[in-house]
Amino acid sequence: MTEDVLQVSHISKQLGGKPILQDCSFTVKRGELKVLIGPSGAGKSTLLQCINCLIPPDSGDIWLEGTKLDRANKAHLCAFRAQVGMIFQDFNLFDHLTAEENVAIALRKVRGMSRKDAADRALEELGRVGLARRSQLYPAQLSGGQKQRVAMARALAMDPKVILLDEPTSALDPELVGEVLAVIRDLAQNGMTMIMATHQMDFARALAHEILFMERGKIIEQGAPDVLLAEGCNTRTRDFCCRLLEMGA
Amino acid sequence: MRCMRRRGGRTGSPAASPHFPANPRKKNGIFMASSLQVVMDALPFILGGTVVTVCAVAIALGMGLVFGVPLAVAQVYGGPLARRCVGLYVWFFRGVPILVLLFLFYGLFVSCGLNPNPFLISCCVMGCTSTAYQSQIFRGAIESLPQGQLKAARALGMHDAGAIRSIILPQAMRLSIPGWANEFSILLKDSAVCYVLGTQEIMSRANSVAARTHEHLAMFAVAGVIYFVLTIIVLALLRRLENAVQIPGYSTGNGMAGFECKG
Repeated sequence: MTEDVLQVSHISKQLGGKPILQDCSFTVKRGELKVLIGPSGAGKSTLLQCINCLIPPDSGDIWLEGTKLDRANKAHLCAFRAQVGMIFQDFNLFDHLTAEENVAIALRKVRGMSRKDAADRALEELGRVGLARRSQLYPAQLSGGQKQRVAMARALAMDPKVILLDEPTSALDPELVGEVLAVIRDLAQNGMTMIMATHQMDFARALAHEILFMERGKIIEQGAPDVLLAEGCNTRTRDFCCRLLEMGA
Repeated sequence: MRCMRRRGGRTGSPAASPHFPANPRKKNGIFMASSLQVVMDALPFILGGTVVTVCAVAIALGMGLVFGVPLAVAQVYGGPLARRCVGLYVWFFRGVPILVLLFLFYGLFVSCGLNPNPFLISCCVMGCTSTAYQSQIFRGAIESLPQGQLKAARALGMHDAGAIRSIILPQAMRLSIPGWANEFSILLKDSAVCYVLGTQEIMSRANSVAARTHEHLAMFAVAGVIYFVLTIIVLALLRRLENAVQIPGYSTGNGMAGFECKG
């Protein structure tokens, strides 16, 4: 619980001359669930995608278990990404592959596993998210919640050291949010290290070890949920959460 | 005076163009039993030409497929230089008519002191042109895929070449089939132009029989029917292929049914 898994230091990113991220730094310890919250456009998604260089940051460094990521080295970058799972808001399952193949393809192409071993492992992971019986269905035949659970299985199959979740429930119908959150809760309780951008405040309050509040590309508040969200405290985070609740009500 | 006479002569026999000389045996009606006889006699010869046409088109399409896919990938994912090179290639081969290219290539070979084979020149010219068109079909298909597909593959640790090979192209190729069918039907009919080099394909054989027997209308009608039948057969096969490789849950080509699967 004390070992640093991921260190993000001084990440900045500009797009079209406009600063999207300004000097973002934080450290994630093993088994920790960090929750990124903030208004849309705050840069939560960009920050997560900068961590595994899907959007290359302009400056700053990423360290994974004490090793600095060398972005110029393609092989190193691929090896780094293979250890950092990513869950997208809109699932991004491979549409031409069944659920099982979606999970197995990276095992085969990146891990170099045999077809048989990869399929076995894929079934095991799908079982873990409760989708073993749907392994032969294609993404278009699955519900949103099921798609996101397949995406979780796909990330988990790579045995990631940390998982980045980019608003995993925002594209889901309200009644499907629960099944995805259940999987994430399960992971958190089993000690998976995760960074999650979300608007699910109840979830964040219940499970997050730390909340990072972002606004205009900066992390402006950082702390345990019971500190930031404590009754009567005057934080930007609490203010934002109250407004979210009002809108929901 | 001479001018007058020539003009008069022309109006006197309206069918005296080089391709349609008046048929001295035709007295009344367009088709006679003799026409049918000529067609029947010439059919094996013309069908032999069909084999040549099919081979040439198959080779050209194959060439377009083999080179068009890498060109499309280079144009979408390549650096500025690669994109510029593909752009130039496509610009040239889409900009010059096949007929002109046939003569150009032929002349190029002759001026190099080589004895060109008309069949190979035809295949080469159609192949190069089809490569240009097909690369644009594949490019369109690749670009129509959601950005997230490549992102997700990268996030799993795949390198770009692997991601393109196992994630992007399998989906892009499926989307390309309708455009590719279109390219086939255009190329098949364009292949008729190759008769100018003396390639022994449908059009050239129909033309030579017509010149010998003066049954122009009948022979070109036969040629037209053969092209028509070939097109229909191959398009039906491609349609089957499209259905066979369709991704379950996505019902492309069935009108509104495709709308229910998004989201």
